[in-house]
Amino acid sequence: MNTKVKLEDLNVHFGKTHAVKAVTMDFPGNTVTAIIGPSGCGKSTVLRSINRMHDLTPGASVTGKVIHDGIDIYDRSVDPVAIRRKIGMVFQKPNPFPAMSIYDNVIAGYKLNSRVNRAEADEIVESSLKRVALWDEVKDRLRANAMELSGGQQQRLCIARTIAVKPEVILMDEPASALDPISTLKIEELIEELKEKYTIIIVTHNMQQAARVSDYTAFFYLGELIECGVTKKIFTTPEKKQTEDYITGRFG
Amino acid sequence: MTLLAWRKLKNTGMTLLMGGATLMVLIPLILIFVHIVKMGLGSISLDFFIHIPKPTGEAGGGMANGMLGSAFLIALASTLGIPIGIFGAIYLSEYGGSKVSGLIRFCADVLSGIPSIITGMVAYTLLVVPMKGFSALAGAFALALIMIPIVLRTTEEQLKLVPNSLREASLALGVPLWRTSLKVTLRSAMTGVMTGILLAIARIAGETAPLLFTALGNQFWTRKLTDPIAAMPLQIFNFAISPYEDWHKLAWAGALVLVTIMFALSLTARWFGRKKGLS
Repeated sequence: MNTKVKLEDLNVHFGKTHAVKAVTMDFPGNTVTAIIGPSGCGKSTVLRSINRMHDLTPGASVTGKVIHDGIDIYDRSVDPVAIRRKIGMVFQKPNPFPAMSIYDNVIAGYKLNSRVNRAEADEIVESSLKRVALWDEVKDRLRANAMELSGGQQQRLCIARTIAVKPEVILMDEPASALDPISTLKIEELIEELKEKYTIIIVTHNMQQAARVSDYTAFFYLGELIECGVTKKIFTTPEKKQTEDYITGRFG
Repeated sequence: MTLLAWRKLKNTGMTLLMGGATLMVLIPLILIFVHIVKMGLGSISLDFFIHIPKPTGEAGGGMANGMLGSAFLIALASTLGIPIGIFGAIYLSEYGGSKVSGLIRFCADVLSGIPSIITGMVAYTLLVVPMKGFSALAGAFALALIMIPIVLRTTEEQLKLVPNSLREASLALGVPLWRTSLKVTLRSAMTGVMTGILLAIARIAGETAPLLFTALGNQFWTRKLTDPIAAMPLQIFNFAISPYEDWHKLAWAGALVLVTIMFALSLTARWFGRKKGLS
């Protein structure tokens, strides 16, 4: 099993709150790992520490290691901007850039950083939109404002924008929780396809979703990693009582 | 009297009181505008816009140098004041730690509360004295000092309204914070920022005191940045206190033009604000 991302004794504090407590776990490459747990258990916090999104949160401090391809991304010599290009992120609420067209949104990762030549940009936009199965729906109106799309389309656009910069890992923070069932299904199918090329870590509230899309599942409770393993095993024969209580709906 | 009738009476009384207060706010504005139009309109002609003032007694003459001078001073003050205000606001809203930001914010508020004549004196001490002469440069500097805190605070407020999800979207694409701040955050707030800039321009367009001992005023065209320069408020002031009837007429015409320009700026600012409200 090839480990793509490894957490070693990861702790996150917000001021005096200890949000993530001594988490150590592996995320194998080209798989989907779901992080589940009740609200406030630190699952989003863990996710956001994997591409250093806490750097800009006042009062947040991260200790321990997040090792990506053998390099600790919290090492002094590592540039967080370079890390975020390799480890992309899709957020809970679709957040396309409102002042930009569909086309510009997909190419934003390039355009905001430097100039891109037109032919190259066209190629990136088309292939990214095709990968998220949005191409056929928007190819005739690439110049339209991105906010004209439906919520589900916007979220797929955000995924296209993320994969356009060719990351290795994609972090997803409840990517379907703001969407209707049909859009959710499309996102889930997409995740299934994306894992061929990328390593996906998805935070979800929805246990059926975790069971459907993931290969591995990690259960968090009160900032601690309670149990982590092959999804089928977590959902059928969990080792810990807390995991069983949660997946059977006794709390959370 | 029944309780209900008493309540109705109170209600009517309060409505009248508040309506009256509103009227009191409007009356001075209307009076000023009507008076200026009445006094100034007769003196406005093509000459007013294309000629410099003529010696008293001669017919014709205008405020072309004052208008161009004001435009120039505003442009120069803006190139100095707007970038400093905007970049300062980005620092406060996107980078600053809470302590430093609080201090800067407090200083900006104090700065915007300083009487503008004091600002003029500061520019006099810092630029006019060492350069041994009144100059357009010193005038623009004084105006820029007035502009900076206005642009800074309005821009900061607008940047704070930009939802965090946009910043995060950009950062997660591997865009550095400074680029995110300029190309995503500032750009999203641009209509509001423009409103603030226009209001700051409207404010300095009418400033007279800070120009008194910096730009000084000039009866002729200015050729160098280091020469005194004419400005509309200064010219209006000088002509109004002069003993000559034809100069008084020019002053009224100048006042009309200046008020109209400021009115237009405020309207444009509101229009920008409204456009933001719709989107």
